[in-house]
Amino acid sequence: MEERPIAIQASTKDNVATIFAEGIVAGTEVVVLDPSGTRTLMEVREDVPYGHKFALRDIAEGEQITKYGEEIGVATCSIDTGAYVHVHNLDSMRGRGDLEGDK
Amino acid sequence: MPSFMGYRRPDGRYGARNLVAIIPSVTCANDVAQAISRQVAGTVAYLHHQGCCQLPPDLERVTDTLISLGRGPNVAAVLIVSLGCEGTDHERMYEELSATGKPVEIIHIQALGGVTKAIREGTDIARRLAIQLSGLQREEADISHVVMAIKCGASDTTSGMASNCAIGAVSDRLVDLGATVVFGETTEFIGGEHLLARRAVTPEVGQQIFDIVDAMETRAKSIGCDMRRGQPTPGNIAGGLSSIEEKSLGAIAKSGTRLIQGVLDYPAFVTDQKGLWIKDTPGREPEILTGMAATGAQFMCFSTGLGAPQGFPSMPVIKICGNPRTYERMEEDMDVNAGLIITGEKSIDEVADEVFAKILRVLGGEMTKNEAIGYFSAIDIHCLGPVI
Repeated sequence: MEERPIAIQASTKDNVATIFAEGIVAGTEVVVLDPSGTRTLMEVREDVPYGHKFALRDIAEGEQITKYGEEIGVATCSIDTGAYVHVHNLDSMRGRGDLEGDK
Repeated sequence: MPSFMGYRRPDGRYGARNLVAIIPSVTCANDVAQAISRQVAGTVAYLHHQGCCQLPPDLERVTDTLISLGRGPNVAAVLIVSLGCEGTDHERMYEELSATGKPVEIIHIQALGGVTKAIREGTDIARRLAIQLSGLQREEADISHVVMAIKCGASDTTSGMASNCAIGAVSDRLVDLGATVVFGETTEFIGGEHLLARRAVTPEVGQQIFDIVDAMETRAKSIGCDMRRGQPTPGNIAGGLSSIEEKSLGAIAKSGTRLIQGVLDYPAFVTDQKGLWIKDTPGREPEILTGMAATGAQFMCFSTGLGAPQGFPSMPVIKICGNPRTYERMEEDMDVNAGLIITGEKSIDEVADEVFAKILRVLGGEMTKNEAIGYFSAIDIHCLGPVI
């Protein structure tokens, strides 16, 4: 078991990591485990629930958000390193019958 | 080479269970089928909601799916309960199921003079079939006779990082042993279809994968709204999944890494197909569990993070839980704790070993948690057109 709460970066291309720990509040330091097993200490800047994601670096508005090395959506605003990433700042690009001009 | 103890059927398949299936040819026959099944030990009833006032392609789809369910290796004998005026083809059901060599009987509620008379007649037939088949002994069967269905439900972010990875490892092992593995949930390919298409055995199969995803997404978009809350569900979102793309990328991990041999239609029954196959199904439990049982799967491996309890009348469902907190809370409904991958206490391969051992035991008769408590009514047939 880890001494510090752990977050998993599924692919080195990812700009988010998933936290598997309870009680993560702004200012908590987590260990980010990358696919090669490298551990990096990072500060989470907002409260993040168990199983949810935070940004590993600054993400610009409109930029792709990547997990498993693949696109999982687009940032709806600029997201700072350490910020909570979820439906409030990540927009799905698929199954969007509401978007005009969507294929 | 691993083997299991199964019930040999006249068509050469091996079942993990030995059940008499009571099949209503239409939803209007459900109450009679249910009454018979409640009365007679060793029977299960497929209580679905289709079979009349539908467009012809859907009526054919319902007929075909019910035939495939009856052909399943866990089914020893079939009693079809027909109302008499339904849209499905109960005569074709009787003929095609009889051709498998299994005992098949049919009753018609209207011709017998009503519900209570049909229940009486059907109970008499089911009792006779159940006694006739109850003495059948298990025989040793090669693992290549296995058809495994896989699915994930009530997913959270642990699913794609733990339980689905363990199922993927099991899927690779079974494919390498010459067995058949079928996965579905076409909605949950959205955003990951390019990764599946790359594993297609031919460019044509790759194109089929893109086509079924496009058809599913087009159906969803035709309503003119954002698909979220339908997919991913509110529970998925609460569990940390932010988009269908994220859900899909985690979901497809359960299919492992082997080549994809082809795409099966929803009612299709696996005859001689080996290796890894896709079945075009939605993600909702009743419809996919039914579609997967229709494949002829002896059992299903079902990955969950938030805790999905569903089972199916004639197909044991092994629950593999990726979230260690959920496993602790819902251990009575979960068969394997893949959450130990998340806590770092077990590797994916160690959990895959545990799942594989559980599969062999379930094939040989050991009950899953949902079988033991009788929570197995997740059944319905996925149709494409309207009820009219």
